[in-house]
Amino acid sequence: MIGISSYGAYIPIYRLSHSELGRAWGVGVRRGEKAVANYDEDSITMSVEAAIDCLRGIDRNIVDGLYFASTTPPYREKQCASIVAAAVDLRPTVFTLDLVDSLRAGTSAVKVACDAVKSGSMKRVMVTAADCRLAAPNSEFEPVFGDAAAAFLVSDTDVIAVIEDSHSVTSEFIDIWRTEQDKYPRTWEDRFILEHGYFDNIFLVISELLKKHNLTAKDFSKAVYYAPDARSHRRLATRLGLEASQIQNPMFDSVGNAGTAFAPLMLVAALEQAKPGDRILWANYGDGADAFILRVTEGIEKIGNRRGVRHHLASKMPLPNYEKYIRFRDLMEWEPERRPGYISSLPVLWRDRTQVLALHGCRCRNCGKIQFPIQRVCAWCRAKDNYEEVRLSDKKATVFTFSMDERAIEVDLPRVWTISDFDDGGRIYCVMTDRDPSKVEIGMRVEMTFRRIHDGSGVHNYFWKCRPIRVAE
Amino acid sequence: MHILYKEVTVESIKDKVAIIGMGCTKFGELWDKDAYDLVIDAAYEAYEDAGIDPKDIQAAWVGTAMGQTGTQLSAPLKTDYIPVTRVENVCATGMESLRAATYALIAKAYDLVLAVGYEKLKDTGYGGLGLATQAGGSEKWHPVIGSGDSAPGRYALAATRYFYQFGLSREEGKRILAKISVKSHYNGARNPRAHLRMEVTEEQVINAPIIAWPLGLFDACGVTDGAAAAILCRAEDAKSYKPKGDYITIKSFGLCTGPGMGKVRTDYDYVHWEETQRAARQAYADAGIKDPKQDIDMCEVHDCFSIAELMCYEDLGFCEKGKARYDIEAGTFTLHGKHPFNVGGGLKSFGHPVGASGIREVFEGYVEILGRAELPERQLKNVEIALAHNQGGNPGRFICSICIVGIPGK
Repeated sequence: MIGISSYGAYIPIYRLSHSELGRAWGVGVRRGEKAVANYDEDSITMSVEAAIDCLRGIDRNIVDGLYFASTTPPYREKQCASIVAAAVDLRPTVFTLDLVDSLRAGTSAVKVACDAVKSGSMKRVMVTAADCRLAAPNSEFEPVFGDAAAAFLVSDTDVIAVIEDSHSVTSEFIDIWRTEQDKYPRTWEDRFILEHGYFDNIFLVISELLKKHNLTAKDFSKAVYYAPDARSHRRLATRLGLEASQIQNPMFDSVGNAGTAFAPLMLVAALEQAKPGDRILWANYGDGADAFILRVTEGIEKIGNRRGVRHHLASKMPLPNYEKYIRFRDLMEWEPERRPGYISSLPVLWRDRTQVLALHGCRCRNCGKIQFPIQRVCAWCRAKDNYEEVRLSDKKATVFTFSMDERAIEVDLPRVWTISDFDDGGRIYCVMTDRDPSKVEIGMRVEMTFRRIHDGSGVHNYFWKCRPIRVAE
Repeated sequence: MHILYKEVTVESIKDKVAIIGMGCTKFGELWDKDAYDLVIDAAYEAYEDAGIDPKDIQAAWVGTAMGQTGTQLSAPLKTDYIPVTRVENVCATGMESLRAATYALIAKAYDLVLAVGYEKLKDTGYGGLGLATQAGGSEKWHPVIGSGDSAPGRYALAATRYFYQFGLSREEGKRILAKISVKSHYNGARNPRAHLRMEVTEEQVINAPIIAWPLGLFDACGVTDGAAAAILCRAEDAKSYKPKGDYITIKSFGLCTGPGMGKVRTDYDYVHWEETQRAARQAYADAGIKDPKQDIDMCEVHDCFSIAELMCYEDLGFCEKGKARYDIEAGTFTLHGKHPFNVGGGLKSFGHPVGASGIREVFEGYVEILGRAELPERQLKNVEIALAHNQGGNPGRFICSICIVGIPGK
């Protein structure tokens, strides 16, 4: 029985209220808000967060493959899954693959993960789906798009939701697109797009799948499906004849349309509420449509602590104004920086890859002290080349001291630098993100988060920062 | 004779080397001077002061954090194919040129030598020092680990912890630090060679824009162009150059280069400068100083940030750890206080051309000991022993250099 054996999710801490968007553009007050990635987040970093959430309590070495799905891969050419796998500290022999450029990539990744497990080539495949889609300022998309990620572990053991069947249709329909030159997604008149793109395809895939299994919409405890906007989501419910209790909340007023992550994120939310025996219909749209029938097992009760959708939704900070959003998303042309900017070095990033991406420190085999960065000669006992690498990314820490640099070359000043001491030993000098500067203090509890540090030398330079613990243990 | 290290007995250098001439440019934003101008101005003032012919210099050391090779000195001064070495210890660079010159004289490799420190910082187009290049500065450069941090941010880590550890509220901490800057500006305002020659009030300091919390604009030293120079010979030869005895001798050096593990080891407390304590122990032992409060008449210390000067009061032994606030409030370290610190204005007000500061600090002792203060109000009485403290790096990763100078035989 192949299916989902674990899930995880990530929603960035910042929310931009629809009323603030209304203020910015003079279009009146609207309700709700959308999730906005911090300036140091992208589809890779959010995938790492969701994957780590998915792997809580699970040995990371058991993962055989990682599929990264997104329409916003930070690299045009260069795999993202390999970076995610390294940051999550999966074993080097893991198989990695990017599935990009289609809103359907997240569900399609789950489908091919199932096929891989079924074929026996891999036992456990991690699927991450993340998007950070940039809507044109003051466009119809702007209040609708939100940023988020979700992750599933697909396997044939410890399954919490069996994927009983799936069905797909493919369509050459051009609904939403970006060419090489486009910064923002484009679309056509919505009356045409919705009718012949969204409704035709998603209705077709669902009805064919239900017909094949001789099921009706009433046979499902939850229907989890993508829609481009809240109104279309409601319209499809009506066409399918769903009761209100069957409809999984699409979170348009709390997260927004999270692109490839959207349907997966909703499925995580559904699984958080699911009980053994529940049957879930899961459908997604984009260049055709995918639909799945899932059956929740007894395993759902043993899934344990996930931050998932519920805890991430509850943990939030408001973006104070649209101007800050402009800075986060780099929507303006700025005064040129007179100071020399950031530079990178691929040999350094390569030599230090386990430290930079997986946040490995060392533990001295002679004196036992944990150190970061890795010291060949122990900082405590001077033993030479006698250490083992230890992962620090999953350790909590306490702020020992901090400073707040108001002059750093930084999108979101001040840059909060901390000296933080890990609970099990070791100290790190790193930046604090997702923070309210007025609340930073010595003794504050922090956890590590994978972020984009800068783009010096044209490379996305990733590393770890600390942040106030988002969800209390 | 004293024992510095477990098994090595080291001979004291006290009074073996004399400084017979010094020069120091006006410090400031010297838009009309380049690095060579600075070296020339400082060196020729020193030549003149020592009363020597430039041709008599047998070897030279030039301290600069940014420039490279001894040609930074030989080219402007046209020295005659003599050995010249560029020395560098980031902000503790200046003292290194003096130290190298001193030991070369003691080794009798040369009889008359020149030490220069300079920096030209203001041609960049921005304030501050900018990001570390791949050369790395005082840290091992890394594209992401510690990337984009700054000197104010690194020092502010210590200020934040100091406030916390010793129970100062943010407001109290800011005010204590402000008093240090107010004192330094008071001194610098009376020094014609200083960069930032204006007095400031506590309120100005406290309300100035924050650079790196809790440090504001007036907690930070100037970014400055300047150079300083010294002519040295062995003490027994000094009288032949300076028959009137208007020279000083070097009592001792202390140099401590820490392993720099403050950001790695959890036992670094961020409320003391270990390297300063150790360099001071060496320097005090070598100079025969039992109690710095009794034996040292003035201190020029490396106050790139106000918190750095506060730490020096404690780590050089002028007050107990955590108690500096009481002496600061009592005015102990003011110009005519019990223990004057940064008489010349300090890095804060005199300015900090990186490679020049170490020699400039010694220059201040030279001026006060020889009674040469330009304005009578800043001339201290009876200065016999002066300490100069020059420090590079940042909390947890320092290079500290201390030089004690004084009246010969004292």
